[in-house]
Amino acid sequence: MSHKVVIPIGPYHPLQEEPEFFRLYVDGEKVTDIDIVIGYMHRGIEELSEHKHFDQSAFLVERICGICSSSHPYAYVLAVEDILGGEKNIVPERALYIRTIVEELQRIHSHLLWLGLAGHFIGYNTVWMWAWKYREPVLDCFEMFSGNRQHYGMSKIGGVRRDIKDEDVPVLKKTLDELVRAVDMFKGAVMDDPVIQARLKGVGILNKNQAIEWCAVGPTARAAGVNIDVRRDDPYGVFDRLSWNVIVETDGDVFAKTKVRILEMYESINIIRQCLEKMPKGEIDANIKDIPPGEGIGRVEAPRGECYHYVRSDGTNRPVRHKIRAPSFMNVASNKVAAVGQTISDATLTLAAVDPCYCCTERVIVLDKNTDKKLMNGWDLIKLSQKKTEDLKKAMGDNG
Amino acid sequence: MDLKTKALIKSLWVFHAATSPCNNCDIEVLDLLTPRHDVERFGIILVGSVRHADVLLVTGVPNYKTAERIKKLYEQAPKPCFVVAIGNCACGRIMFQDSYNSPCPVDEIIPVHLYVPGCPPKPEAMIAGVVKLLEKLSGK
Amino acid sequence: MEDVLGRIREKFYEQIIKYEEKSPRRVYIEFAPQNIPEAVKFLFRDLNLRFATATAIDTPLGIEILYHFSYDPKGQMVSLRTFITDKKHPQIESIAPIIKGAEWIEREMWEMLGINLIGHPNLKHLLLIDDWPEGKFPLRKEK
Repeated sequence: MSHKVVIPIGPYHPLQEEPEFFRLYVDGEKVTDIDIVIGYMHRGIEELSEHKHFDQSAFLVERICGICSSSHPYAYVLAVEDILGGEKNIVPERALYIRTIVEELQRIHSHLLWLGLAGHFIGYNTVWMWAWKYREPVLDCFEMFSGNRQHYGMSKIGGVRRDIKDEDVPVLKKTLDELVRAVDMFKGAVMDDPVIQARLKGVGILNKNQAIEWCAVGPTARAAGVNIDVRRDDPYGVFDRLSWNVIVETDGDVFAKTKVRILEMYESINIIRQCLEKMPKGEIDANIKDIPPGEGIGRVEAPRGECYHYVRSDGTNRPVRHKIRAPSFMNVASNKVAAVGQTISDATLTLAAVDPCYCCTERVIVLDKNTDKKLMNGWDLIKLSQKKTEDLKKAMGDNG
Repeated sequence: MDLKTKALIKSLWVFHAATSPCNNCDIEVLDLLTPRHDVERFGIILVGSVRHADVLLVTGVPNYKTAERIKKLYEQAPKPCFVVAIGNCACGRIMFQDSYNSPCPVDEIIPVHLYVPGCPPKPEAMIAGVVKLLEKLSGK
Repeated sequence: MEDVLGRIREKFYEQIIKYEEKSPRRVYIEFAPQNIPEAVKFLFRDLNLRFATATAIDTPLGIEILYHFSYDPKGQMVSLRTFITDKKHPQIESIAPIIKGAEWIEREMWEMLGINLIGHPNLKHLLLIDDWPEGKFPLRKEK
């Protein structure tokens, strides 16, 4: 080809929620480089936090992300409790169990959400509809004990805001039983399907060395063989008292990332069941009034990876500095190596596979560098991705 | 009610435009398409291009990068196009009003026809909002 | 599992200005700005610690930068602290050539606090618009 083709992707996409802008440099069908431009979601939360008092910041950081909406306040609250001497020394037992249950329930809903979107990207709308259908009972459980489907407002410095009542427990248990059947179905439908395997295996590979160099976290890192999980390494809640497994794969491709997320759902269900058995009665709040001067670090394993908060206090009722690092900050940057070498139709899948908290494919235009003539648009890109799946299906003799 | 408006209220095609949201409202908007709420039975579908849109669903707090883009989106949408502000952030910025990166609320950039408050508003609230909009448009 | 803290103390015995172990899993070690690249190289390449993020704070003593590293086998956070006393033209050597994952956070430190990262491969705006007014740094305290 005599011209260099640049595909701008973003910032608005019909089926993705958040704006982000990618510039794909392509040579024929292959992506040779990618420029990632973010900042469409920047709301200045770190600066706002310095003007709110400690209790208010917990509500503010909840709104960093709607999907991991309990991870950020939990990490923040852990950072402040680090100043006070550590979560285990302050927070009552029952509150630790409730925090753990909320975190794991959130992980299940987030992974189901991703599964649905990934299914949609490769053209399996049925997976999307069914994954989100089975997400609804999880959101109903949240509404039952916290009052809201998302943005639960449960985390508080020194405990939790609301209790899980005794009459809620049987409903939770029943939801978990139904979820096991649903995850079994997804495991069979997604992981054993030869077309999905052909579509996802070998795509968007981030190998172990690259994952370490780019400091990737969460399922993105675990799918590449990097065995890290904050729940086991730097335990919080009651994770160190329960028996569960960290899921690690080695291939680093989109299929490995899918497998990690599906198997993690089983572990989450297992953790919640153990919590419901062992949770003692008692107080849920330590009634912390003052925060002394100091600095603290809190981190939790959000569905996307390590969510990191640093808080510095000078003894007044507002944080002097509140540093927030979401997991996608590291994972999206790693697309610089994972997306390169892919075909354009696999590019959307690779960019979505890190389960970013912002990724969009919209108003894609393929421009001839010399004439600026438009060759493709946003829908064409998605259709390319879906067409590849159809072609694979035909090649494998699947006529249904 | 003119012919153009009458023609579109039977089946509203919506375009989802996020101006720096936290994602929650957006996911609840997508939830409307899923089996529990299933707004496609009312003829409401999510379209890929703003040129096909009858309704612009705006979520989030406009920041400097997205404020100019949301204006362009509104200008590109064929009129009549109704703008629905979904969620507390789009209605009035609420806790983000002092942010250094947010110039103004959504309704100072583009005209808003319907406000659906909530953080996030439940899908039922969004459907109720759309019904109110349709009733208003058909003159009830 | 290694005693990473012991190895750091041994290797940088002369360079460490202050060593604080706030709890078994939270350690803060102060270095002078010119010793940071060497310390980062040792932590990342020799001890295989994972770089989590970097925090920059505008304090009365200067611009404070904390580089947070995680030793995952023991769940320890080792934070390297440094102070840049020249607040009018703060600068420090970039660690992006050593750790690729540090590129984005250094761009953010530059645009939010005005710290010049010497040797950074791609120092341009990450979160703010490209024509954000020069000299206006959102996270600086003096407004």
